[in-house]
Amino acid sequence: MNLYPVRAIYMAELSRTRRTLLQSIVSPVISTSLYFVVFGAAIGSRISEIDGISYGAFIVPGLIMLMLLTQSVSNASFGIFFPKFSGSVYELLSAPISYLEIVIGYVGAAATKSVVLGLIILATAGFFVPLEIAHPLWMMTFLVLTAITFSLLGFIIGIWADGFDKLQLVPLLVITPLTFLGGSFYSIDMLPPFWQGVTLFNPVLYLISGFRWSFYGTSDVSLAASVAMILLFLGVCLALISWIFRTGYRLKP
Amino acid sequence: MSEPIIRVSALNKIYEGGFQALKQIDLDIQRGEIFALLGPNGAGKTTLISVICGLVNATSGQVVVDGFDNQADYREARSRIGLVPQELTNEAFETVWNTVNFSRGLFGKPPDPEHIERVLKSLTLWDKRHNRLITLSGGMKRRVLIAKALSHEPRILFLDEPTAGVDVGLRREMWDVVRQLRESGVTIILTTHYIEEAEEMADRIGVINNGEIVLVEDKAALMRKLGSKQLALHLHEPLDSVPLALAAYDLQLAANGSELIYTYDASRTGGAEGQESSTISALLADVEAAGLVFKDLHTRQSSLEDIFVDLVKER
Repeated sequence: MNLYPVRAIYMAELSRTRRTLLQSIVSPVISTSLYFVVFGAAIGSRISEIDGISYGAFIVPGLIMLMLLTQSVSNASFGIFFPKFSGSVYELLSAPISYLEIVIGYVGAAATKSVVLGLIILATAGFFVPLEIAHPLWMMTFLVLTAITFSLLGFIIGIWADGFDKLQLVPLLVITPLTFLGGSFYSIDMLPPFWQGVTLFNPVLYLISGFRWSFYGTSDVSLAASVAMILLFLGVCLALISWIFRTGYRLKP
Repeated sequence: MSEPIIRVSALNKIYEGGFQALKQIDLDIQRGEIFALLGPNGAGKTTLISVICGLVNATSGQVVVDGFDNQADYREARSRIGLVPQELTNEAFETVWNTVNFSRGLFGKPPDPEHIERVLKSLTLWDKRHNRLITLSGGMKRRVLIAKALSHEPRILFLDEPTAGVDVGLRREMWDVVRQLRESGVTIILTTHYIEEAEEMADRIGVINNGEIVLVEDKAALMRKLGSKQLALHLHEPLDSVPLALAAYDLQLAANGSELIYTYDASRTGGAEGQESSTISALLADVEAAGLVFKDLHTRQSSLEDIFVDLVKER
């Protein structure tokens, strides 16, 4: 593996983040703070504790996951979509660089940004609710694995999309609803039995549940199921990307 | 002759819709030459370049760059190539310095600020190195694309329509840059719509039409072989028809009978000045014998453009 091209892509992507610091970092932090104000302070004070955790603290992992998933997808998808849109992708395709190096560069940068954002949001949450992290190593593992997996998904979306509208389609119509319905703001025990069963088909539930377990030691599904689900996601995304580069789908005519 | 730096063999490209853009292309590019690829719009010029550079997958055939197959040994093959695309495609918000350094890194080379400085200075971009690309003129953006292509010290440079949309002064400057590059040992392949550009710069010319290479020829030889010459006599008194005494020369009348045109093939004379001038001497003697008086005369040789138009029309 040649590290120079990986570094070039990685640094260029991070440099783009620095140029757009306001929308990259500040706006997700502000919107998350609003969630804490509304759900944590205003509404949360009227909701009883869940599994012995105050409602404000309970939603912290879910909110971080919500931002992590949407930001990973949008960062990585925009990163590869923009060169396609501007035409500068010619340079990437004509460079002596392997597909693996391209993916590591783009996905690595997107995941880095998401992880940093996740940690900033975690720190922000500390201003609103008392925080405890029972399993910090697991917390970081979930954070990094989820950021990588959803950055891979974003990369796939960026290659698939042939317009800005499609770029927004999956985050808005798939990721956000699945995250909201995946237990970001509630435990599935609070749902009627039928909807508990339906929710178990939502893959994002497993990610949020595992992440929440790393904070408070309680979860909707087992830790093993959560880890298996994220590894399954990762495998599917890697297989798709491998197919894309093998066939040149939407990259090489 | 040394091994060609690029060898294209039996190359075919059929796009998904069934359109065949390249048909059994065989082409050798020699080391250190400037090769101009001419062809009308949609002839297959950009597709051919794209396949060689790895932007488009070939349907069949082989491309070997400096001894390396561009599929099996793509790292070696691509590292030798710099590509300047037709469109002005840039990261609009990036600075000149950053974008050129990015290209060097992308091509697997360690940072070398001295080299980048040399490249930027040679393209008179040094003063603009901190400018964002969006603030540059079209000509400057074109130079940035050349700088990006040169950032990793390629041995082969592809210039796809390098002076499209560039004003005359800048075009001449670009030609100087290209000549300097050739002098430094870089092989240059350029596609162009400006025949003047090929005529001015190329050592060899290839003409592509409908996905087929129509011809590949040394420029001077091509112009000798296919170029026709004309001798025009401006007559004192206009004629209604060509006198019978001059029928053997197959002359034409032009400008309402006041010009007598003699067209002859440069290849027929084979460049033999003696034969050419003796034919013209005989014609002039016969013109005088026919009692015609001319007040002026001039000759013209067909340009590469005429040759190109004739070639493409023939197909």
